[in-house]
Amino acid sequence: MPETEKNNSHPRGFAGLLKAAADAPLIIPILAILTAMIIGGVIIALVGGNPFAAYIGLFQGSFGSLKAISETAVWATPYILAGLAVSLAFKGGLFNIGAEGQLALGAVMAAWIGYALPDMLGVSLPKVVHLTLSVGLGMLTGALWAAIPGWLKAYTGGHEVINTIMMNYIALNLTSFLLNGPMKDPNPLNVSARTPEIAPSARLSPLFEGLRVHWGFIIALLIAVLVWWLLWKTTLGFEIRTVGANPDGAKYAGINVKRTIVLTMALSGLLAGMAGTIEVTGLNYRHELGFSIGYGFDAIAIALLGKTHPAGVVLASILFAAMRNGGTRMQFLTQIPVDIISVIQALILLFVAADAIIRYVYRIRGSEEKLVLTRGWGG
Amino acid sequence: MDWKRFGFIALIIAVLFTIVVLIGGKSQPAILIISSMLGTTIAVATPLTLGALSGIYCERSGVVNIGIEGMMLAAAFFGWLGAIYMSSIFGFQALPSLLVGLLIAMLTGGLFAALHALLSVTFKVDQIIGGTVINILAVGVTGFLNRQLFFEKGSIFGGQVPHGPGTFTTIYIPIDKAVNGLCGLLGSDCSVAAKAASDVLSQKPIAMAAVLLVVVSHYILFNTRWGLRTRAVGEHPKAADTVGINVTFMRYANVIIGGALAGLGGAYMTLESIASFEPLMTNGRGFIALAAMIFGNWTPFGAWSAALVFGASQAFQIKLQLFRELIPAQWSFLQNAYVVGMVPYLLTMLILTGIIGKNIPPAADGVAYEK
Amino acid sequence: MTENNLVLQAKGITKKFPGVLANDHVDFDLRAGEIHALLGENGAGKSTLMNILYGLYNQDEGEIFINGKPINISTPNDAIGHGIGMVHQHFMLIPVFTVAENIMLGAETLHREKEAKSPLVKLDRREVAQRIKELSQQYGLDINPNAIVGELPVGIQQRVEIIKALYRNANILILDEPSAVLTPQEVEDLFRIMRELTRRGVSIIFITHKLKEVLAVTDRITVMRSGRVVGSADPKQTNQQELASMMVGREVLLRVKKEASNPGEDVLQVDNLHVRDLRNLDVVSGVSFDVRKGEVLGIAGVQGNGQTELVEALTGLRPTKEGRVTLAGKDVTGKPPRTITEAGLAHIPEDRQRHGLVLSYPVADNMILNTYYLSPFAKGITIQQKAVDDQAQRLIKNFDVRTPSAYVTASKLSGGNQQKVIVARELSRKINLLIANQPTRGLDVGSIEYIHKEIISLRDQGVGVLLVSAELDEIMALSDRIAVMYRGKVVAIVAADKVSRDQLGLWMAGSNPD
Repeated sequence: MPETEKNNSHPRGFAGLLKAAADAPLIIPILAILTAMIIGGVIIALVGGNPFAAYIGLFQGSFGSLKAISETAVWATPYILAGLAVSLAFKGGLFNIGAEGQLALGAVMAAWIGYALPDMLGVSLPKVVHLTLSVGLGMLTGALWAAIPGWLKAYTGGHEVINTIMMNYIALNLTSFLLNGPMKDPNPLNVSARTPEIAPSARLSPLFEGLRVHWGFIIALLIAVLVWWLLWKTTLGFEIRTVGANPDGAKYAGINVKRTIVLTMALSGLLAGMAGTIEVTGLNYRHELGFSIGYGFDAIAIALLGKTHPAGVVLASILFAAMRNGGTRMQFLTQIPVDIISVIQALILLFVAADAIIRYVYRIRGSEEKLVLTRGWGG
Repeated sequence: MDWKRFGFIALIIAVLFTIVVLIGGKSQPAILIISSMLGTTIAVATPLTLGALSGIYCERSGVVNIGIEGMMLAAAFFGWLGAIYMSSIFGFQALPSLLVGLLIAMLTGGLFAALHALLSVTFKVDQIIGGTVINILAVGVTGFLNRQLFFEKGSIFGGQVPHGPGTFTTIYIPIDKAVNGLCGLLGSDCSVAAKAASDVLSQKPIAMAAVLLVVVSHYILFNTRWGLRTRAVGEHPKAADTVGINVTFMRYANVIIGGALAGLGGAYMTLESIASFEPLMTNGRGFIALAAMIFGNWTPFGAWSAALVFGASQAFQIKLQLFRELIPAQWSFLQNAYVVGMVPYLLTMLILTGIIGKNIPPAADGVAYEK
Repeated sequence: MTENNLVLQAKGITKKFPGVLANDHVDFDLRAGEIHALLGENGAGKSTLMNILYGLYNQDEGEIFINGKPINISTPNDAIGHGIGMVHQHFMLIPVFTVAENIMLGAETLHREKEAKSPLVKLDRREVAQRIKELSQQYGLDINPNAIVGELPVGIQQRVEIIKALYRNANILILDEPSAVLTPQEVEDLFRIMRELTRRGVSIIFITHKLKEVLAVTDRITVMRSGRVVGSADPKQTNQQELASMMVGREVLLRVKKEASNPGEDVLQVDNLHVRDLRNLDVVSGVSFDVRKGEVLGIAGVQGNGQTELVEALTGLRPTKEGRVTLAGKDVTGKPPRTITEAGLAHIPEDRQRHGLVLSYPVADNMILNTYYLSPFAKGITIQQKAVDDQAQRLIKNFDVRTPSAYVTASKLSGGNQQKVIVARELSRKINLLIANQPTRGLDVGSIEYIHKEIISLRDQGVGVLLVSAELDEIMALSDRIAVMYRGKVVAIVAADKVSRDQLGLWMAGSNPD
């Protein structure tokens, strides 16, 4: 029975992935996107807009020019990293809704190192040292922030879904406190809650003169490869995936389940924190309150759309980035609020999560292995 | 719920109240501080109580619902929108407008819940993912319509938010008159006690309904056929199936009931608490409600008492702002709204650690039923 | 017997599942007041047929008659309405409910003159309890309606199931593998109840794969194999051997061939072991025994007497409260699973899908589940895919695992082949001790024979084996010595050839050894 064998085979490596992509799994996400766009178009028409004009504006704004493409890449950068963060946690059986808070605190730390460290030390630092410290400590902050709900999950049973959300709100209060208080930009003209600008030695360079796309995008792509390698080619990845797929089996196999849970959350937070630090060092050059609102839920949607696979996450991130980026031009051209993008994205997620709907509507037979991601309160 | 948990809850509430009394005691009689805090506690616990009850109906029937946050948000928006339409476009009086808004809010909650039931019961989607979809969808839809209807030129409301019908008013319970009258007969003055009693008891309608629903839900869950079957479906759906109970129907019905209750909680935010809508205004309360449900071991009274803890922490926040000037210098961190604002979230994490005994969910909670 | 005596008839029942023909034109009937055995292996289609009669599945073809009239059963409610009751192999009871709540569920107002329709009707717990008392006196089934079901012994839970059916006025009772979880004495008690029920006009369908019981209690026997009825027999005129070959379709060895054992020094010593459960109660209290090289020590006992917890403690899956465990001279008390595995333990876990496998992983990854970090499967922190693949191919061949390839997920394999994956993985290492917990539960006869042979050959190579099984026949067939567990204690340890089945049964039921 060669046919079933082919369908059942486990994707191994990039070759396997390409084969799998060519086989069929991509058909569901593509149809999900298409269906969501159609419904979004109906909504636009209902509120009196022209969906075709809107989608043309969306495309122009995202891929219509070099600058548009550059901006899409700029949007995609934190999406890729945060999407990888959520995916990695999913692989370990954990639902990290807290990417937003981890990202925000990572950014706070990166900004603080970026603007305050040279003054504190009284010397100007070489770029390689300063930038590394800024990004590294920012990542570490995200990791520690995420390790707390991980620890609570492993050792007290407190569910990470609620705890990571609570920690988002705590992080929001904390950053509000810091950016309105001790870390507020002292410039007398400043009225917003933001830090001073970071030193040039803590900045990632742009990729091309005159465009905003920066090295962070390349780094994010490399990290995607690294995460893939970690998950499928190392013993640690084997442990993370085993704990995620069957914690009792993992315990039987001699894996330290509790430690792996904490570690998985920490790694997830590390990636989310990196998303924050890259935004600060590569793009904004400071932390301004609220820049990251919505990234957490977008990252979840991206992880699910990308089926928690790094390659899928990259593709989903570029799609979401294009929609967010193009949305501004769409709003400018057609007066359709950019928030319609959130509706379309929610619909995409709905159809990806409930692929049975898509299968029913488009009469697609067969079912792949169900993606088991989370567990109830009991665990 | 056991007495240990109720004791723990009473302890936290007592600590929060004591701090405020210690700070504000110089400017007001302690009894008035406590009674007014108690009144605020009950009022602000309303959406949490309703959210927790919503969770109880869903999860007792075996469906995990983390979409309560989104259901509340959508209900808050559509209920408010309905009330505004009624009053500013159809010219209705305030009360009928608000009542229509209330109805729309509950329907909205029920509708989003029906979607959740479709995803988790019929399509057997991972229920936590399904709930997340609901949350993201609610944020998207409310954000889009809010801007489209109110802030775009050429939109129905012409680019500005019209005057709505306001909020529900407090239902005055003449307990103070009764107390005063009684004291008058005895020849003593107890106007302070009378005011205190009135502070606690006179609430707005949704807050009162929430308390009533706690009692009603307890009765339904533990003393009626509906409750027995709901719990059976959440514990062991196959066993229920073998005695002829329709598992799918029970789950749909309970999830939709839960959605309507979450909708009522949303209505509290825009029709009872304040008369406006802001994107993301639920602020995690749907999730705190879930924590209250878990800490209350999936029982209405337990969940309500846990919701009161969060209510108390908000009352604590409000009162501290009021007594800002009186806060001693060494406690100055209590003046910072952001610092005090973390308290409810920290409390949530604390009670989820299971420091007061294990929380045991219904056995089939979150598991789709496969025949 | 005339047609009129048939209370139930099923004609030409056919049911297909994806890839399986579970029932292939099955005919079956039941006479008034008889006990009719339906005999067959796991997977023969007995449960499918019964689930169709009870309305849990709907047949693709075929007709059902009650008292000669054709009826349509599409839900359990229909079956209940026609007087059919069923006691499932895995009890359909809600552990946190009381006995009364479990019995009234779905028939909450049956005790009233007029049944109420309102969903918000109040539960009459007291009236229901009264009616349960009446029923239990009438049929000699002593039960307390207010007890919490989860706290009752399995034998009593089974009574609750039977009363649940009687409460709904069932006169046809389906008992699905009712003796699987009972002690020999409890089984006797069940048979007494069954006879009492038939005396009062209840007709019983008795599903089982145990030959002795069929001969002991039934009036008629029908045998199923691979979805078909392959024959019927009169219990007075047949014997175990004949029934067994009908059931399996070929001659089977009822005994495992083995030489006398040649035990060496101790490989496992357990000394005064205490283990607690979640509620912090002793579930294993002061257990001591040892296993020698080259012998099989069988642990007999009714399920739920601490065997599961004992094995989990020995393999590091559960913390120990007190006591000492020594494996091959190393103290491994309270050590994590990896340390114990590295000391030479192989473990065939009780719940193969929960502990033994990662069902969503390919067979190959399951073959290295607990050795993935060792050479040659890992070099430093990287997994060596080539070595993993080679190992998988080798084990699939050596252990005759029937799988399309090494890369299909374990969930796609049959129960027997899943178990073979575990056996292959565990026996592919150099080991001192094998702990096998219910190694053949739910498997077909072929796989059972295979696993029994592996266990004996391992013993003959000088490995110690600790075998835990609820099947007394399995324990008696394989063990050199037998320990009996009752309520968390080892109540007896004896040489296997010096003890009778009846004696073991008495110990399993808690009567003290002389």
